[in-house]
Formats: sequence, C-alpha cells, structure tokens
Amino acid sequence: MNPLEACLLVSALLFAVGLAGALTRRNAILVLIGIELMLNAANLNFIAFWRYGPHPEALTGVLFTIFSIAVAAAEAAVGLALILVAYRHFRTTNLDRMNHLKG
Amino acid sequence: MMTATFLILAAIAVAGSATAMSLRNAVHCVLALTAGFLGLAGLYLYLGAQFVGLTQVMVYVGAVAILAVFAIMMTHHPGEPEERFSRLWLSGFIIAAAVFLTLARAITLAFVASPASTTQAAAPSVTAQQIGDTLLSRYVLPLEIIGLLLTAALIGAVIIAMDPKDDPSHTEEEATQ
Amino acid sequence: MIALMNSGAFSAENLDQIFVLAKHALLARTPGMLQPLASAIISIVPLMIVFPLLFAITTILERKGLGRMQNRYGPNRVGPFGLLQPAADGIKALIKEDVVPAAADQLVHFFAPVVFVAAAFLGYSVLPIGRNMVLVNLNAGVLFFFAVGSVVELSVFMAGWSSRSKYSLLGAMRAIAQMISYEVPLVLAAVPAIMAAGSLSTVDIVEAQAGYTGIFPHWFLFTPWGIVGFGLFLIAATAESNRSPFDLPEGESEIIAGYFIEYSGFKFALFFLAEYLGMFATSALGITLFLGGWSAPLSFLSFIPSWIWFFTKLLALIFFFIWIRGTLPRLRMDQLMGFAWKFILPMALLNVFVTGLWRFLPAGPLNSIRWAVCAAVLAAPCIVLSQSLKQKKKLLLRTYHFAE
Repeated sequence: MNPLEACLLVSALLFAVGLAGALTRRNAILVLIGIELMLNAANLNFIAFWRYGPHPEALTGVLFTIFSIAVAAAEAAVGLALILVAYRHFRTTNLDRMNHLKG
Repeated sequence: MMTATFLILAAIAVAGSATAMSLRNAVHCVLALTAGFLGLAGLYLYLGAQFVGLTQVMVYVGAVAILAVFAIMMTHHPGEPEERFSRLWLSGFIIAAAVFLTLARAITLAFVASPASTTQAAAPSVTAQQIGDTLLSRYVLPLEIIGLLLTAALIGAVIIAMDPKDDPSHTEEEATQ
Repeated sequence: MIALMNSGAFSAENLDQIFVLAKHALLARTPGMLQPLASAIISIVPLMIVFPLLFAITTILERKGLGRMQNRYGPNRVGPFGLLQPAADGIKALIKEDVVPAAADQLVHFFAPVVFVAAAFLGYSVLPIGRNMVLVNLNAGVLFFFAVGSVVELSVFMAGWSSRSKYSLLGAMRAIAQMISYEVPLVLAAVPAIMAAGSLSTVDIVEAQAGYTGIFPHWFLFTPWGIVGFGLFLIAATAESNRSPFDLPEGESEIIAGYFIEYSGFKFALFFLAEYLGMFATSALGITLFLGGWSAPLSFLSFIPSWIWFFTKLLALIFFFIWIRGTLPRLRMDQLMGFAWKFILPMALLNVFVTGLWRFLPAGPLNSIRWAVCAAVLAAPCIVLSQSLKQKKKLLLRTYHFAE
C-alpha cells in the first residue's frame, strides 16, 4: 500500500463519515459540520496528490487547498447566519420540524 | 510504507470526525470535530504542506469551530429533547457506506492497475515566499475574487443574522413618532 | 586560573553561546540512538523551567508594583520585602480543595486548563531567545505562533461552557468576542515586520534587524511603520491576554472571575499561569518582530550576551503591562469592540500600506523624505478616526461638589 493510496483511502473515509453525518443528524448545525468535514476530506485529497503526483513545484494542490479553506470558512459563516435566522422563525434547529414554508 | 506517524494522525482525524457525527450533545460534537481538524492539520504537516497545515489550524480550529459553538449556544433550546438521528437514519448510513465502498474500490483498482507509478520523491520544500509569488503571479485573479467573496460573505452574514429589532432605521422611525 | 581567564574561554562569544555549548557537550555524552530525543528534552526542559519562574517573579513584581502605584505596600509579610510570596501562593493553590460543580461537564471542565496551558507553552517553540537559541526554526514560524494562539479561544469557551453557570458563560462569550476582535489587528500589526524581513521565520526576522549603521541598530521600531505597528501590536496583545484595560471578561469587580469562576485550587493556578505565559509569549513575539529580538540597542553593547538582552527587553515590556494596568481604567464592552473594529483595524491596514510605501520611496538625506511622507500618511487618518470615535462629550475640568 503506497502512501498516496493510504491518503486517498483516509480521505474517502472522512468524506463518507461527513456524508453520513450530513444525511442523518437532525440538528442543522451538525449537518453543516458534516459538510465542512466533506470539504476537509477533499482538501486532504488535493494535498496528497500534490505531494505524490507530478510537478509538486507548481504548487497547484497547495493553492487550491488554501482557496478551498477560505471558501469553506465563508460558507460556514453564511450558513450559520442562515441557521440563526431559521431558528428565530421556527424556534427549533430540528430539521425534521422545519418542513413547512408558511412565513 | 505506512509509518506509525501517519497511522496515528489518520486515526485521530477519523476517530475525531466519527465521534463528532455521533455524539448526543452538540458542543461535545464540535470539540471532537476540533480534534479531527487537528489530526488533519497533522496530516498536512506530515505531507510537507506546512503553510496549509498551519492555516488549517488557524482557520478551522480558531474560527469555524468557534462559530459553530456560538451558533449552538444561541440556538440552544433547553426544553427540547435532544434526538440524535432523523427517522431516515438507516438509508443515510447505507448511502454513505455505498459511497465509501465505491471510492475505496476505485482507489484500490487504480493502484492495482499501475502499481509503482507514484514516485517516492522527497517532500518538496515549499516556502511561504513561493506561495506568495505564485499567488500574485499565476493565481492573482482567484486571489482577488476570494477577497471579494470573503467581503461579501462577511457583510452578508452580518446582515442576515441581524435582529430586526436592532435595525437602526427602525429605531429612528420609532423615535420620530 | 589567570591563564584560564586569559585563554579566551570566558570571551563574550562563549558567554553568549553558553547554553548552546552546554547542550552540545551534553549531547556528545548521550548514546547515538537517543540523541534526537535527548536533544529535544535538553532544549525543552529549560523553557519549561525558565518561563514559569518568570511567571512567579512577575506575580510578585506586579503586586508590589501595582501596590506602589496605588500608594500602598504590596505583599510584604512572606520573606524579605514579600519576595517569597509566589511560593506561598503556589503552596496555597496546590493544597486548596478542587471544587467542581456537580452540574458541570466533568471531562470538558478538566481539559480546559490543560488545553490552555498546552497552547501557551507551544508558542515558545518558535521564539529566538538568543543567538542560535531557538527551539525549532520553522519556515512559517510566525504563522505557527498565531495558529497556536487561536487554540486558546477554544479553551476559554470550554472553560466557560462546561461550568454550567451563567456568569462563567457570559464571561466566556465576552472573552471570546474580545479575543477574536483583537486577533485580526494582532496579525495585521505583525505583517509589516514580515514584509520588511521578507520571511515568516522568526530567526530571519531577527537576523534582518541585527545590523548596525554606526552605532544605531536596524530595529524595525525605528521606522514610522514600526512605531505604529509596535503600538498596535502592544494594544492588541494587551487585549488578547485579557489584561487591563481590556479585562472586562475577567473583571474582578464586575463578574468576579468571568470564565474561570468555577475553578479552584490547582486548575485556577493553571489558568493564571497560562494567561501570564500567553502574555510573555506575545511580548516575546513583539520583541522579535519590532525590537530586534536578541540584538543589543547600541553596537558597542554587543559584548553583553544576547539572551540577557532578550530577557531585559521582556522585563521592560512586562513592566509596561503592569504600568498600564495600574494607570488606565477598564474599557466597557462596546467601547472595547468599537475600538478594535473602528480604530485599530483600519490603522493596521493603513500601516501595511505605509510599509510598502516606505520600501519604494526614495531615501533622501537621513531618510527624511520617507519619514515625512509615511508619518503624514499615518497621522492624518489616525487623527480623523480618533475624532470620529470620540463620544460627543466635551471634557471639562473636574469640579468637586461637596455636600452642604
């Protein structure tokens, strides 16, 4: 098992864990956290391919990961703001109860 | 060649994430997630991406985790029973397991087909200066767009989450009446 | 004996490098296999002894110093002039009963001080204490320091939330809001020094300041952006360590102890230690970035060892923090946050711009053109911003009204 394969398997496992959390948890914030985990798994993939792939001096993987971290942070901020507003309206963060569109 | 360091770091990342998705108390979930992020940062440092690893700690542990706990604090409803998983939890797990099995199969098949194509080169030494040079020469357009995106997200998040009672135009109206 | 003294064994360079030479001598005596581990331990153990010792000295200095500023003696019962007070404080903290609230979250309550102290100690690994005396010369040393510093906020939250008490949660929320608000100006205030040195490595930054023109050093403090940057860095560092005048989250007269209200005994001592260690680490980073690290202020004073200069500067900054604590009143929460976002952050951004301006302007005689332009560009917005933050109250001469 060479190191690239090990890194890719770890990242696939992290992605699956994040997906499971995002699909099954009821609390809206924990779903958002699952999404963040999926983004992190993708970042690990980028760094692994940068390290063990051709042309690591082009720094493509590193820069893509930096941009991905920035975008993920922005998305977490906006997502949590939306969850706060939804809580103010529905009085709950339970996603199973946020099932009507009446304003 | 899976060294002990890699196995320990990967174990911390996966265990932290799995714990984060399965605990009952939301704040405990976020703290376990922080451990997972630290494990991931360790993996980045192990793979030689020093700048990315330290940025991961600074942004994810120092900012995203704090945001998440603040949001949990503000949306905490003490009377409500904390139910962990939704009604459709089994299908969620099956889908996630199917995704993982597909990915793992694809990865192992790809490496069976071309076994020794990845070279065991030494870790490329990337300095912050090189990252800065590349950011301002080849990737200057994404850099500027990220700046705009972050500004828009900052302003947008503040406006979205602002309580309508705190709106200054509303209070001025009430004051003039 | 005289031959030994004449042989140059006690020369200035040897005294300067005495710890490095001692470490090499010890390493030469350990077997080859254990050498990496022994090297790490020999480097780490002095750090973990010296800085807590400095913490003990600082507690007594602070109490005596504050006492004198407030026209009273400080503690003067234990030992001559009260100098053994830290020992008494330590023994008290160790033998006090550890009271944990029954409703508290036990695991998180236990780990909060541990995380705080670990993060505080980790920051010291990239600070150069003397010539060739840095624990790890990381390529991204300053970034490592700030990354580790941002873990502290999580530990503050853990402490405040796990105690399940209104006051501790309120204190924790305030503390985290304050720390996050002042973290951005802290990093931005450090950026000009990084720009001028061209590297994120702390060793490179100190090396860039270690030269002399004539007898005057090349410290970054002696530039317009350096003065403003150091000032902003000190303000942000005071706020990051929750020290007066920014100590509303732990204001003793308001919220008793804020987020560590439910901690007693040894855990409280650990929080106290970690806060002071954080203060020392941030001051040491400020010294590294702006005050030339271990270099002497005048070139003919270089015979004094580099680590003595480092600790002298560190003690000067500690005295400055104590002085500020004894002088300025506490800022209210909204004043604090307004100050961070409406004054410090724009000035820090302007400072980064002025650093670039300094680099590309022509020097002129004695750098006068550069100084004039940069000082003007920095002073005008400073005056404008501070006028806009003043709260419309005219300051009158104090009049005393007595009961008739």
